[in-house]
Amino acid sequence: MSDTALPRPAFRVATDEAPLLRIVLIAIAVAGLAVLVFAPLAVVFAEALKHGWSAAIQSLGNRDARSAIQLTLLITAIAVPANAAFGIASAWFITKFDFRGKAFLITLIDLPFSVSPVVAGLCIVLLFGANSAIGGWLVANGWPIVFAIPGIVLATIFVTFPFVARELIPVMIEQGRAEEEAALTLGASGWRTFRTVTLPNIRWALLYGTLLCTARAMGEFGAVAVVSGKIRGQTATMPITIEMLYNEYLSVAAFSMAALLTALALVTLLLKTILELRHADQLAATRRH
Amino acid sequence: MTMTARPLVHKTAMPGLGLSAGITIAMLSIVVLLPIGALLLKGASFGLTNVLEVVGRERVMASLYLSFKLSLLAALFNLVFGVLLAWVLVRYRFPGKRILDAAVDLPFALPTAVAGIALTALYAPNGAFGSLAQQVGLKIAYTQAGIFIALVFVGLPFVTRTVQPVIEEIEQEVEEASATLGASRLHTLRHVILPMLAPAALTGFALSLARAVGEYGSVIFIAGNIPLRTEIAPLLIVIQLEEFNYDAAAAIGIAMLVISFAMLLAINLIQIVSRRKMGHV
Repeated sequence: MSDTALPRPAFRVATDEAPLLRIVLIAIAVAGLAVLVFAPLAVVFAEALKHGWSAAIQSLGNRDARSAIQLTLLITAIAVPANAAFGIASAWFITKFDFRGKAFLITLIDLPFSVSPVVAGLCIVLLFGANSAIGGWLVANGWPIVFAIPGIVLATIFVTFPFVARELIPVMIEQGRAEEEAALTLGASGWRTFRTVTLPNIRWALLYGTLLCTARAMGEFGAVAVVSGKIRGQTATMPITIEMLYNEYLSVAAFSMAALLTALALVTLLLKTILELRHADQLAATRRH
Repeated sequence: MTMTARPLVHKTAMPGLGLSAGITIAMLSIVVLLPIGALLLKGASFGLTNVLEVVGRERVMASLYLSFKLSLLAALFNLVFGVLLAWVLVRYRFPGKRILDAAVDLPFALPTAVAGIALTALYAPNGAFGSLAQQVGLKIAYTQAGIFIALVFVGLPFVTRTVQPVIEEIEQEVEEASATLGASRLHTLRHVILPMLAPAALTGFALSLARAVGEYGSVIFIAGNIPLRTEIAPLLIVIQLEEFNYDAAAAIGIAMLVISFAMLLAINLIQIVSRRKMGHV
């Protein structure tokens, strides 16, 4: 007891668990996360580098791999700003005005979280597929949605729909309307009020929601698998390419692309952790969910 | 409270009503409501009896039952492990805690297809864990056990992240009072702490369950996809679509949508009940 590094009281505080129980609980937590989270993480890189760095990098350099990476970046670059714009607009609408059916509207915005990604893809196929009225007309006019990039964008926006809005709404409710009202009374225009009063108040929450949205947008698989048609070099995103390579037993190539996506996910996690540490007070009060 | 007297939108000096309402309703309609409407319309034109006939097929029922059963088991595992993890992360100090805390979110950040092939590589008979399991005669990948592990992975963060803030808010005086009154530590944990965590834990459990039922990417690689045994419901939709069987796909999709809505309702009910009981969520 006396040789421990930290000075401790000789008695146990009544609101502490017994030291043995504490050690057992910590051990279970560490072991559980090691098996469930760290092992899969490690195996991605181990499998990618099984035949060395050059094999891994080479597999990412071919034409199909490059076009998959470009496609994923393009989809993300469209879907994330679209969601950010929607998030800001809906949060403004919901928090700055009083109207009937507000709770119902919030439920509708959250809806995509409880719909299976595959069902989301199916819905888009049924609405915009060549067999439907709208889809048939669009295809006839040279604007195919399904099995083309617009369908992938729609599917991606669907599955990431609530991310930005649900980060902004609690923060903007907490901040109330007084500051905006003051700015308006002083003669500021609506845009100016938004830019100079609202935006600085919500920027970290906006960044946080955008970050979560980006991670999900780059990695979406189920919904995209249904609408993309998996055309190599055209509609195969990075996750779709991983599946195709894996099913062709091209393990190193599949895991190399997986490692690239994993590295991006780790960067996201790092940025998210930094945001939580530095700006916790400006993120939603119900932050850690 | 007369409904007719209330205007749809209260008058206010705040600008941007038309723009923000317009963007919100337009995007919500195009991206979410119209597609879901198309699914329901497809089901309606297919006919209720036909939808029920498709859902009642042995292979479809087996996949729905499998998805629900394994999701329930995975969510139960995550409920217990998630509460334990939240407690350890909030209450104890130990080296590497911050990394552990950040790692809880990894299943949210990692693309599901990546998780799928990584778990398969680990638990396949020639994988690191799979070969260990085989030595004791267990097969994990390409069985229901493999699906269970994938569903545990994707649902892992939910319970921990809903319970953590509640533990942070517990006032230690309550525990002290309990100890002063002669309760053992275990008694306090069971009868004082756990009831306080229950609403948040249940919400996390329901979220984890909802996520698992619809999960596709992380499961299909490890599942083996044997009809009637390891075939999940979302995969059946994909198979029907690949055969251009849109009616059957829509029927299974509607069944899954109904299950999701039922769970969404359950989550909201839990929150309403706990708000009444605790005064907050």
